[in-house]
Amino acid sequence: MRNYVLRRLLQSALILLGISLVTFILLYLIPADPARQIAGRSATAKTVANIRAQLGLDDPVMIQYFRYLGGLVQGDMGRSYLQRAEVSVLIAGRLPASLLLMVSAIVTELILGLTIGIIAALNRNKLADQTLMVFSFVSISAPQFVIGILLLYFFSIQFQLLPIGGYGTFAHLILPSLTLGLLGAGWYSRMMRSSMIDVLHQDFIRTARAKGIAKRQVITGHVIPNAILPIIAMVGIDIGLFMSGIVVVESVFGWPGIGQLAWQAIQRIDIPVIMGVTIVSAIAIVLGNLLADLIVPWIDPRIKIK
Amino acid sequence: MLIAAIFAPWLMPHDPFEQSFDGLTLMGEPLPPSEEFPLGTDLLGRDLASRLILGARTSLVIGVLANGIAVVMGAFVGILSGYFGGWLGMILMRFTDLMMAFPALLLAIVLAAIFKPSLLIVALVIAMVNWVQMARVIYTEARSLAEQEFIQVQKAIGSGPSRILFRHFLPHLLSSIIVFGTLGISTTVLLEATLSFLGVGVQPPTPSWGNIIFENQTYFNTAPWLVFFPGSAILLLALAFNLVGDALRDILDPTLKGHH
Repeated sequence: MRNYVLRRLLQSALILLGISLVTFILLYLIPADPARQIAGRSATAKTVANIRAQLGLDDPVMIQYFRYLGGLVQGDMGRSYLQRAEVSVLIAGRLPASLLLMVSAIVTELILGLTIGIIAALNRNKLADQTLMVFSFVSISAPQFVIGILLLYFFSIQFQLLPIGGYGTFAHLILPSLTLGLLGAGWYSRMMRSSMIDVLHQDFIRTARAKGIAKRQVITGHVIPNAILPIIAMVGIDIGLFMSGIVVVESVFGWPGIGQLAWQAIQRIDIPVIMGVTIVSAIAIVLGNLLADLIVPWIDPRIKIK
Repeated sequence: MLIAAIFAPWLMPHDPFEQSFDGLTLMGEPLPPSEEFPLGTDLLGRDLASRLILGARTSLVIGVLANGIAVVMGAFVGILSGYFGGWLGMILMRFTDLMMAFPALLLAIVLAAIFKPSLLIVALVIAMVNWVQMARVIYTEARSLAEQEFIQVQKAIGSGPSRILFRHFLPHLLSSIIVFGTLGISTTVLLEATLSFLGVGVQPPTPSWGNIIFENQTYFNTAPWLVFFPGSAILLLALAFNLVGDALRDILDPTLKGHH
């Protein structure tokens, strides 16, 4: 076990290193001159040249990369080209909002997805099952920005039940987490359904029923707990989906998280900020995968570590 | 929708690029659906129905093109690393690990920002992000296929790698490639719509369902049809490919369906 954890940690570190290198080179290729952006339009050629020299932009790309990496391991992500602030400070200021949104989306997708999956499996091939599965197909096929805009239209504009966007109260949280969680709810309901059906067919369930335990009790006491285990472990993998989702959802709802920060930075080509958000997202995704890999064998000892 | 895309020029009730004077209210606002404009008009007074029909072309062309590239790339990498294994397989699979940990949408946006987005570039960007899943699925299958006896026998009797790969590997993997290829179209369509919605995908005036919503989103409280119709179009297209893919999986590959 210890070796396995160490190996996975090392692998994760290498993946992060690779991502930082690829992103750095991609951003280096963007045809925009950061020095000119900082100096402003009216700056003289001399000022621009000075800024280039100051930032070390004339050095070869690999030297620039290693300089960036050196700062990164000390928690220094450089300064934003357009906002007068450290990138790490900008991200740290935005992170709580995004984390709140993600946690709330995870709760939403689990509650929705698991409930739907359980009901569908218990009513297998009946009308309820078929209706719910149509719903889950629709929710994995619907683009998040459309769901977001339509929810806004109905709940905020037509019925004026919820705020139209922004951040602060529980009411602000409802629509964004629903939008972000709906996709996952679709996947979870399908997985939960087949996981439930799997467990329902196993011998120990038949034994429990044969011993005379009530059907209801078997389902709540044995089937559901066993069926849920492999699914809870998937939550770690979801982080990747969320990291894409928050860019869209935060821009639709004006949610002040790192997705919005990334989106604004991309529109204005603020390279250090794009780089910083990509690294932070990649760390979150890698940690999520790591967590999933470590939790699975822990909660379900039948799965052996290779 | 296929029909709409192919016969677009004859189906469109109006010129999709014409900024009609009749297409706006006196206040300069978009018109709701009417007899003249069946789905209403957009913020520039253009006929929404015509733009949606032409947009079907954009979405399908990108969907098929991007997914085609992704499928070929993914299958190629998957088969290569699954069959040969060794250091080549290891390097390729570590590379897919890296791609899996990339925040996909951020990567696509950054790529789209580097190259000025044209139809082909958008398709390539989406393919760059989407080939990885295919590579993983095919790798896993190719790996177990390579260990099977009939492949070992082929190797033993001296068949060359190209003969084994084309005569024995590809036919076995074809059903997975078709299933995940079909499911992949729906992912592609959704990603294209999202990129265009964020303004880094297909550029106006070329209509795509995503950029129609992007252009008109400021009007959505007074003109919800401008979001509702293109949104439903994206949903239906993605849904169609998801359903077909799912059905194909049940037909072509009963082992994936799970028992019972």
